[in-house]
This record gives sequence, C-alpha cells and structure tokens, in this order.
Amino acid sequence: MIRFDYARPTAVAEALQAGAGTHTAYLAGGTNLVDLMKENVARPLQVVDINRLPLNRIEELDGGGLRLGALVTNNDTAYDSRVQERYPLLASAILAGASPQLRNAATNGGNLNQRTRCYYFYDVDTPCNKRNPGEGCGAIGGVNRIHAILGTSEQCIATHPSDMCVALAALDAQVQVSGSAGDRTIPFADYHRLPGDEPSRDNTLQPGELVTAIDLPEDSFATNYTYLKLRDRLSYAFALVSAAVAMRLGDDGRIAECRVALGGVAHKPWRQPEAERLLIGEQPGESVFQAVADAVLRGAIGRGKNDFKIELARRVVVRALGQAAARTPQSQTDKRIA
Amino acid sequence: MNEAVTLDRASGARVASEPIGSIPLAFTLNGEARHLHVSPWTTLLDLLRDTLDLTGSKKGCDHGQCGACTVLIDGKRMNSCLKLAVTLDGHDVTTIEGLGQPGDLHPLQAAFIEHDAFQCGYCTPGQICSAQGLINEGHAKNREDVREQMSGNLCRCGAYPNIADAVLEVLGTEKSE
Repeated sequence: MIRFDYARPTAVAEALQAGAGTHTAYLAGGTNLVDLMKENVARPLQVVDINRLPLNRIEELDGGGLRLGALVTNNDTAYDSRVQERYPLLASAILAGASPQLRNAATNGGNLNQRTRCYYFYDVDTPCNKRNPGEGCGAIGGVNRIHAILGTSEQCIATHPSDMCVALAALDAQVQVSGSAGDRTIPFADYHRLPGDEPSRDNTLQPGELVTAIDLPEDSFATNYTYLKLRDRLSYAFALVSAAVAMRLGDDGRIAECRVALGGVAHKPWRQPEAERLLIGEQPGESVFQAVADAVLRGAIGRGKNDFKIELARRVVVRALGQAAARTPQSQTDKRIA
Repeated sequence: MNEAVTLDRASGARVASEPIGSIPLAFTLNGEARHLHVSPWTTLLDLLRDTLDLTGSKKGCDHGQCGACTVLIDGKRMNSCLKLAVTLDGHDVTTIEGLGQPGDLHPLQAAFIEHDAFQCGYCTPGQICSAQGLINEGHAKNREDVREQMSGNLCRCGAYPNIADAVLEVLGTEKSE
C-alpha cells in the first residue's frame, strides 16, 4: 500500500473541500478501497475518511419513499424493518451479496462505487484499460468466464459486481450527490455507465463528488418480486448472472408493470425497457417470459469462456419472472430454486 | 493531549520507544482503553498482530475473502484486514483474546472443543468471533440460517458440520435463557 495523507472531516462541505484535489479517495467501510490499495490498483495520495459525516440514517421521504443514507451499512439497510416490509426486493438482493462481516462494514454509497472484480483489473502486472487507459484489455481473449455479455466495448468487458445495485435499478432509485458545484440527483439508470471508449469511468460522478444518499421511490413492488442469483458456490460469491424482477399484476391477473434488471452481465445493472414492455397486458406465462428473455439477450456477445452466460441469463430471466408472478421470491437462505 | 504508544507485549520484554505513526487513535480493545499513534495505512489486523501482540486474529487471505481475521467492532463482526486502524478512533474492538481465556472459556470456545469443530485451528478464532457476531445479530433460527450466516468464514479442513453444531448449541443455550 502506498503512503497517503489522511483527513477525517465531520461535515459534508469539509469533506468536499478535502476531496477536491487530484488523487483523492473517499473512505467509508473500506471493504473494497482498502483491498484495492493493498493491490496497488488504487493509489490515492489523500484519503478522506467520511465515516464521521452525518449520512448514517434511514429517513422517510415526503411522498412515501425512503432515503438511505450513504453511510448506513449494507446489513443495517437489509435488516431495517421499513426496508424489509416495503422493499423486500432490496433487502433480498443485499443479503444475497458478500458475507455478514463485509455487509457489516460496507456502506450503501460504497456499494454503488465498488470497482469491478475483473481479475485483470486487479492484477497490476496485466494490461487493463480500466486501470491504465490505452494499455489494452487482458480479458478479451483471456480468461473471461466472469465477464460481460451485454453493452461491452472493444476496450473493456468488465462487469459491475453489485447485487444491491441490481435491485436499485429495478426499483428506479435515485442517487443524491454533493459536489463543489452543488447538489444533484442522478436517476439510477444514469448513475453507472457502459465502458465505451472510457472504461476507466465506472459512473457519472464528477471528480470530487460524493454520494450522500440513495432515494427509494414510494412504488416498492413488495408483492410480486424476486432476486435470483446464480453463482459458482451458493454463498459468498459474485453473481455469474442475477436478476431482480419488480412486477405489478392487475385485478385481471395480467401484468400491469414489470421491471427486469440483470447483474453479472454488464458494466452496469442491465435493463432493457423495450423488452419489459412486452409483458404489459399479458397473462404471466412461459411463452411471454421466453420472449422477454430473448429480447433482453438479443444483442449479447460471448467472448469465449463466458459464452454460457447468454443461455444462463435467458433461463434466469424466465425463472425470475415466474418467481415474481407466483409470489415465490427466491430465499437467500434456502438456495434451492423453485 | 496525545500519549505515546505503549506496547503491552505478553512477554513484557519489548517496549517501543517510538510511536508507530502520527495519527492519534483512542479506542477500547477487549474492554481496556487504549491510546496509540498509528500510521493511516496500518490495518487493524496488522496493529493487533504486529504491534499489540494479539495474534489470535489470523491473517489468512488479507483480502476479506476468508474471515480468519474476523473481530467484533461495536459488537458487529467485521474483517479486521480491511479496516484501517485509524478509522476505529472512538470505537470498541473485541478480539478472540477478549472473548475468553484459558480456564475461563467463552461458551463458543467450549462448544467448538466439545463438537470437534476444527482440525488445524487456523480459522477458529475468526469462526468464533463471527459466531458471536451472528448471535448478536439475532437473525439465525436454524441450521440453514447458521450455515448461510457463517459463510464468511472459510475452513479448509472442512469442519463445517461440526462448526454449525457448535454454533447451534450455543444459540440454543442463549435462547433458553
């Protein structure tokens, strides 16, 4: 780990000032940043410890939503009674991720800003356009079993590793951000970005900007939902493919609204509104679920070792839609898939 | 006012004459108030093992993947290898050394022995701290819950069934109280 200066502000304005320079990093739970610093992937010269900022509460929003402070831990969020009752999709996705130890330290803001777990990004002895723009991509043509199949570029096929963010994408959450130019609100779909020609940028934060909260809209999809995660071992592993489904059925049993977000397949939680629209007005059933899966995966590209993800993702979409329609959300303890 | 670092090594043979860093750190460690100066890049795990000679917490992977370094911070289990020590100013840390002692074993320590819940023992301090965290959290009701909620602790000897037995026994004991 390289040497760095350390600041411990107690107010957001103070933190923004400390975080304004180049080569600075905000430190919250540290579960990803400290690891990246040990690997010499992150090399900040100034670490701004934001743990004393007053961003550690979950509050009701006017209009019925919930505001998750950026410094509330993942576990405290998942086990919060308001989140459990009103946003079980989010609670389920959080509990599908990492381990209790990590979730006790990791924060909501940090979950959004965690970096990819691409092996080449982590290994400073291999080329990586995300770590060193212009250097090349080790994963394309390399060992790419865990890599992206949607929205990739010829520069980067990394995935965003979060489970929580897949649920937040399905819930149409909003990210509250503070910066030297003021505060702004970023719709979740616009928060993370695709790699394109600039894979070093994971998200649309401007330098020095700080996530202060995540807002959940009133519409919580607490009845028909599921978070289905497939991985190489049943616990404590990143998703090969995951799906968050938030569905609403009309009185006639037909689908009135449905969101499908995929994890493990792209540089950001993957949603395809045109595919979701195929469900509107339909009776839940295998054939329409298949049509949605085909539409979501139509542009998918395998890079060799991750080819299997295309068919796996199709099956995950179909199965997750079925779970949501049947009100049988995937248990995150009993991993048998109904 | 900042006190110079003092090292209470078990042997009492070595006392540091220089602080190991420049940032003051005041925290509670196994029930005792500690005032140190640390470098900002020192992890809690390295501070415990290298400076304070509390070697119960183990360095397995040093990347938050194995759980051998698990300690309790304000009663919650966390990976000490991923915590910069300086961020623990004002907090309460409990390590395996603070849970029990020879002759005065913590119920989890006794249960791990009773159920033969280890072979090489390297992961055991982390397993036991994690199990105490699991009990504190209060979300585990049965074997399936225990297995899922202990998944942050790897045991390469494969003592998992016995670890689950040990944790379940203590969970049951605590419930009946």
